[in-house]
Amino acid sequence: MSEFLQQIINGLSLGSIYALIALGYTMVYGVLRFINFAHSDVFMAGAFAGYYMSRGFEFTLPGMHKKALFIFKGLPQESFLAGSFVLLGSMAICAFLGILIERFAYRPLRNSSKLNVLITAIGVSLLLENLAQALFGATPKAFPPLLPSKSIHLGPLLVSTNQIGVLLITFVLMMALQYIVRRTKMGTAMRAVSFNPTAASLVGVNNDVIISFTFGLGSALAAAGGILYALNYQSIDPLMGVLPGLKAFVAAVLGGIGNIPGAALGGLVLGLVETFVNGSRFSSYTDAIAFAILILILLFRPEGLLGKSQVEKV
Amino acid sequence: MLEIKDLIVNYGVITALHGITLTVPDGKIVTLIGANGAGKTTILRSISGLVKPVSGEIVYQGALLDRLRAHEIVKRGLAHVPEGRMVFANLTVEENLQMGAYLQFQPAAIEKEREYIFSIFPRLKERLAQIAGTLSGGEQQMLAIGRALMSRPRFLMLDEPSLGIAPLLVKTIFEKIVEINRERGITILLVEQNANLALEISDYGYVIETGRIILHDDSKVLRQSEAVRKAYLGG
Repeated sequence: MSEFLQQIINGLSLGSIYALIALGYTMVYGVLRFINFAHSDVFMAGAFAGYYMSRGFEFTLPGMHKKALFIFKGLPQESFLAGSFVLLGSMAICAFLGILIERFAYRPLRNSSKLNVLITAIGVSLLLENLAQALFGATPKAFPPLLPSKSIHLGPLLVSTNQIGVLLITFVLMMALQYIVRRTKMGTAMRAVSFNPTAASLVGVNNDVIISFTFGLGSALAAAGGILYALNYQSIDPLMGVLPGLKAFVAAVLGGIGNIPGAALGGLVLGLVETFVNGSRFSSYTDAIAFAILILILLFRPEGLLGKSQVEKV
Repeated sequence: MLEIKDLIVNYGVITALHGITLTVPDGKIVTLIGANGAGKTTILRSISGLVKPVSGEIVYQGALLDRLRAHEIVKRGLAHVPEGRMVFANLTVEENLQMGAYLQFQPAAIEKEREYIFSIFPRLKERLAQIAGTLSGGEQQMLAIGRALMSRPRFLMLDEPSLGIAPLLVKTIFEKIVEINRERGITILLVEQNANLALEISDYGYVIETGRIILHDDSKVLRQSEAVRKAYLGG
């Protein structure tokens, strides 16, 4: 029994990370009806931004030996304050990155076929991965523990402060997202644009602004996911986004692409399933599970767990 | 006053409007009648910036509109209730009205507009929390008009407000359109297939056929016209 509960906690903390990434896929799909394959690299960029910030921006370009910037030298590395600073800073940087990607890669293609945009997204993804390799080097870097790491006994359970941090931060971010999408003017406009961009422009909504906002929001969540992932695995590299990104995409489809609560649910379900498979004698198939789920869901319930089936408009 | 001069619009290789010239004076109700596919909707879509004309001019209160994008045209005081109503079916009635006031930033003015809309369409007030997609066709039309009014327009375009609505409600909605025009002084440009109804409430009418204006006159005169009666009024 306690092992079961333990696995649930492990699964939820893995699933939270998938969910944070999946939200970005699903929100962008909601407003633009395409899969932003560069999203997984924004996740990677989030982890790297966190890495360099936590080292006080001790950032050296290849061939350059001077440290470029120091900000919070005096701040103790493993403190709640430094941790939230790194998290929020990285989210802001990635929000900006996401907005730039949309502005320069996708917006010029707004009226061209979906296939062109999709191919561009793959191009942007390759660009970011290779750019990161050129800038940061291809060898994995050790990610510093931003939170004081301790293990806490909760009855028979052993929970790390990292896991608590991941669950707590994910919960707070999801509540914040829910508030933005349900209660604010921008959020209402996002849902309106997602339902009918033409009608939204007829009430005075500048669709471009809403689309930028959506990319910023999704990218900030991916950055948070990247940092939480890096905290858990303590190692980052320029290709770290590829597999979690694909799995988060599966999570978004599982929950119903375009459906925000669906993406959160899909991420958690996928994390749980993977963790349980990992703990069973089929553990070597863990990575295959996500894709088996993708195939099954596309065959039997393409609208996803929470999605509504839609008749394609001609 | 809205003036359109020699408006030409293409959809790909097909020419939808072959040089339309028309005038909508302030405070009047002007109607565009004609068969399906004549180009009536395209005229409205050009005014509100949803389609870009090949050539021609659209001038409202002396300023050119045809280089502006749809959301900028709303700022100029023009609102468009599109064909098929296009309410945000995934949002509540309340949220639809909020979206209508997207460019309004004074809570007092927004509240006043809401009260006015509830006074003409009390049904909307009863259904505030309901998801718009679950409203009846007539209620959705009321919501679409209400949403457009929330932007506090001086010029309101209505595309087929009678389409797919129970006959009893059609009468109510047309009465309200006249009321909006008389009480608020909002200029109305009405596209309607039901020519009888449209000519009854309007001051002036244009008859459109395959992208051209073939006839225009006071609505009273058009109702008596032999050609219009034969083609559009069922004898």
